[in-house]
Order: sequence, then C-alpha cells, then structure tokens
Amino acid sequence: MAAKRFNRGVALVGAGMSSFGAFPGKTTRDLFVDAFKDMQASVDKGFDPKDIDECYFGNYSSSQFEGQGFTAPFIANAVGMNPRPAIRAENACASGGSAIRLGVMAIASGIADMVLVGGYEKETDQPTEKVTEILATASDNLYENVAGFTFPGLYAALATAYMHRYGATGETMMKVALQNHENGALNPKAQFGKKIGDFIKMKQRSAEKKGKPVPQWDDEMAFLRDPRANPVISWPMRLFDCSPVSDGAAALLLVADDMAHHFTDKPLHIIGNGVASGVAMHDRTDLTRIETATEAGRVAYEMAKVSPKDIQVCEVHDCFTMTQVIATEDLGFFGRGEGWKALEEGRTARDGDRPINTSGGLKSKGHPVGASGVGQVVEVWKQLRGEAGERQLPGDPTLGLTHNLGGSGQVCVVNIFERK
Amino acid sequence: MSKDFYNAAGFYEYVDEKKLMGTRCKSSGELFVPPRPFSPSCSGGEMEWVEMSGKGKLEAFTVTLYGPTRMVEAGYGPKNPYCVGIVRLDEGPAISAQILGLDLTKPEEIKIGTPMKLTFLERTEGEEKKTYIGFEAT
Repeated sequence: MAAKRFNRGVALVGAGMSSFGAFPGKTTRDLFVDAFKDMQASVDKGFDPKDIDECYFGNYSSSQFEGQGFTAPFIANAVGMNPRPAIRAENACASGGSAIRLGVMAIASGIADMVLVGGYEKETDQPTEKVTEILATASDNLYENVAGFTFPGLYAALATAYMHRYGATGETMMKVALQNHENGALNPKAQFGKKIGDFIKMKQRSAEKKGKPVPQWDDEMAFLRDPRANPVISWPMRLFDCSPVSDGAAALLLVADDMAHHFTDKPLHIIGNGVASGVAMHDRTDLTRIETATEAGRVAYEMAKVSPKDIQVCEVHDCFTMTQVIATEDLGFFGRGEGWKALEEGRTARDGDRPINTSGGLKSKGHPVGASGVGQVVEVWKQLRGEAGERQLPGDPTLGLTHNLGGSGQVCVVNIFERK
Repeated sequence: MSKDFYNAAGFYEYVDEKKLMGTRCKSSGELFVPPRPFSPSCSGGEMEWVEMSGKGKLEAFTVTLYGPTRMVEAGYGPKNPYCVGIVRLDEGPAISAQILGLDLTKPEEIKIGTPMKLTFLERTEGEEKKTYIGFEAT
C-alpha cells in the first residue's frame, strides 16, 4: 500500500488547555471556555473566531459523567461557534486524537480552511467506583467487563504478560511514576504537578497536623514501595501507577498550510497522521505489545517520511505506568523488551537521549479522557516553539509526536508535527 | 433460541448449561471463542457450535482490589480481592475469565503459563444469580 497523503497541508497555529484537575461547579462547557481562551492567547498574530469553518470535539462520555449527551452544539455555543458545523468524536480515551483526525481531514479535503479542534471531560462529579464503571464500558462489555476486568485491571494484565516475558518489575513502573512526576512538577497546568518527594512532605505535614507519628521513608522509591503510602489497586498496579480521575479541556486551531503565516511566524505542520483500530484483549496473539500503536505509528511515519530516531519531542498515552514503557517499544524508539531497561537507565527522562512525556504525561498532568489526546498536542506545540519554560528540552527541537490510545489499546492515534 | 444467532446470547445460554462453546465457520474451518456469527476472513459461511475441552494456560492476569459494582455486590473488595485473567485454550483462542484456586495473598508467585481448567461460578448481582465461566489452576 502506498503511503497515505493529504490533498493539502495542515498547520497548527494555536494550542491551549484548561488546567487539569478537580473543579467542582465547572461543567465541560466552562472548562472548554478556559481552553479556548488559552488557545486564543497562543495565536501570535491573533484570529477572528468568525473565520472558523468547522468544529470537531473529542469527548468520551459526558452522557454518563455529567448526564449530558450530544455535547458538540453546546460546546460550540459556549465559544460562539453556532451555526458552524460541530461534531463530536467518541473513541474512548482516543476521542481527542480522533477529533484531531477529523479536523485534519476537513482541512486536507478542502472543505474547511480553519478548524477548531477540542477535547473535554468532566469526571470528578462521580464517586470513584462509578468512574471505574463508566470507564469500564469502554472494555468489551460482553466478555471482559463481566469477567471482572476494570481498566486498571486490563492494563495490569498487560503488565504481567510484559513482566513475565521481559523481566521488568514493579520497580520499573515506580520509576515511570517518579520520572513523570519530576516533569509534571514543572507544568503549572498539571493536576498532580508534584514530585514524589513533595507527596512525602505532604504526608508528613498532614500527620504532624493531626498529632500522629510522622512517617519516614529513606527515599522516594521507599515511599513508592510502601503499601500504606502506595496501595495496590489491581496487582501489579498500585495507586501511583494509575493516571488520575480528572476534569479538563484542550483546544487547537488548525488551518490550511498556505494560510499559516497569517497567524504566526512559527506554525507547526502536521506531517503525519495515523489511526488504527484493533481487537479486544482476549483476541490478541501477543499481550506484551499494543498492535494498534505500531500500525498507527507506521502510517504516520510513512506519511511524514521520518523514522522513530528523528523524533525529538514525544508525548505518549501513559494512562498506566507500564503502558508508557510498552508505547516506547510500539513506536519503535526501543526494541522489544528494551523499553523498560531504557526507562530504568534514565534514557526517557528529560535529560535523557529519548525524553518522553515532558508535560508529566497523563500520570501527573491528569487524564480527562476526551481532552487527553488534544492536551498532548499542547505540549508538543510549546516544546517545538521553545515555550515550555523550565521543562523546555534543549537543542531547538523541530519534530514531535503524540500517541493517544483508546480503551485497552483498541484504537491508537499518532500525529507527527514539524516546525519548518 | 438465541443459540441460532451464534452470538453472545447463545454463548451465555450454553454457560447456563455449564458448557464453554465457540463457533466454527463451516467453510473456512476457523474457530471463534468468544463466538462470532460471521467469519470476517471468508466473509460469511455458516456457523456451527463447538464445545471446548476447557483446558488452557494462563496468559495474563491481575488481582483486583477495587472492582466494578457487580464484583462488589458479589462480595469482593480490598479485603477480599479477586483474580481475573486471560486464558489461552488448548484449541487456540483465548478468553477473559475469573481465575480461582490461586493464593491471592502472594500474586508475585502466580505464574504466567499455569495450566488451567474450566469451572463455572455463580455470582449474586442484585436480586439475580448469574452463571459465569471461570478457570482454576490444575
């Protein structure tokens, strides 16, 4: 099959997000307004919202989380987009990535010159048990859900298969958490923008206040190994292996390539866009990898005419810690079974040779599922334009990639961005 | 009569009769567990039900402390966790199921590849009792 191509080029000229976290009293509409304003402020030469031709929004399940189905026209209305077309994409945690796909297609096809892409989710109004159940409706309801699989459970099962074959351990996963929280601590929009050391101090202060004995840990790993500080949720996964329950929204402004310089002198070009769908976990022949990611990556790399070694900035879908390790292999950064070693050697840290999730990832930044795939692009936007502040990668990076999984990996969206 | 559809409803009717069944495409011979009413590789074909031997091996698993409502109602929780996994059947296909007969206090000692045999379990969900497939270590 010949490499896929766009009929015309697509550029990113603005990207913004709300803070991710728990925001009682705010609905997805309010969160999206925050994201839209942040995106507006990011467009160097400004733009007239009336020039937006179409809107594509990623949202997993406001119908279950907020009791509001049919969100696209409401969200479009909240930012003054009516009567423009507004369509919601639902692909579980890859809803945001899927909305990007639709926006890219609209511009590449010529039907639109300027597109607003968004993603939003409001999860924290529901108790944790209910959130677990809502997320579990993205697993196979006929055969996985009934067996007792939750989302942490499905990804924990992948982790056991990976650990068994390649020798990774629970310590590997703890090191992912450690690394992502180191990065997230430098991201003011992150829900848990704290280092593990900061969590230790919080626990100690809280004990002190209550007049209880102050707990001591030798170091951050000792804290993560302590089952009282970091309890098992679904073995081998513990609390600090799971991305949080989050509220949040993100927004992007896409335009046709030849218009990009009206809005900024530093546009990013979407040079690769791959999407793949796949089977439920029990139908896979290999549970140590996620085939959709390899396939979406292959399509995106071929379209972009780049290879994994060319990528300088990369946000992967670390809904759970081991998922990040597997993603770095699926995308071709490391060989099979090598990802966990690379992680433990510090190669994926901010100062490593293959930095991953400089934003803090979903783990630290937060995972409002419909917004996550769009939020990843905000980090690439900042890094490739030299605007990532304290977490800015050195070397003036020009090539970035996002990897957004849906469900247990039954969908993956990979985008490749270039600053020319 | 859901069995005529060669689908999930038929599968669970058989589970109520304590049978683990898949479907086989009469033209391509492909075996599907869970069952499919349609063979994507040959775009059709008539199906027939085939009973599985119930033997297999554990391919992946987790020990869950915080389960969904149906598992909480069945009595599971942080103090009484359950194991759920994917079992590859000797016939080839794999399926998700609750895993019994393992020491869940030491999950690190549970081995991928452990031989498994089919069992059936009943869970009380709300007012109802439902039968599900399970596997236990042999």
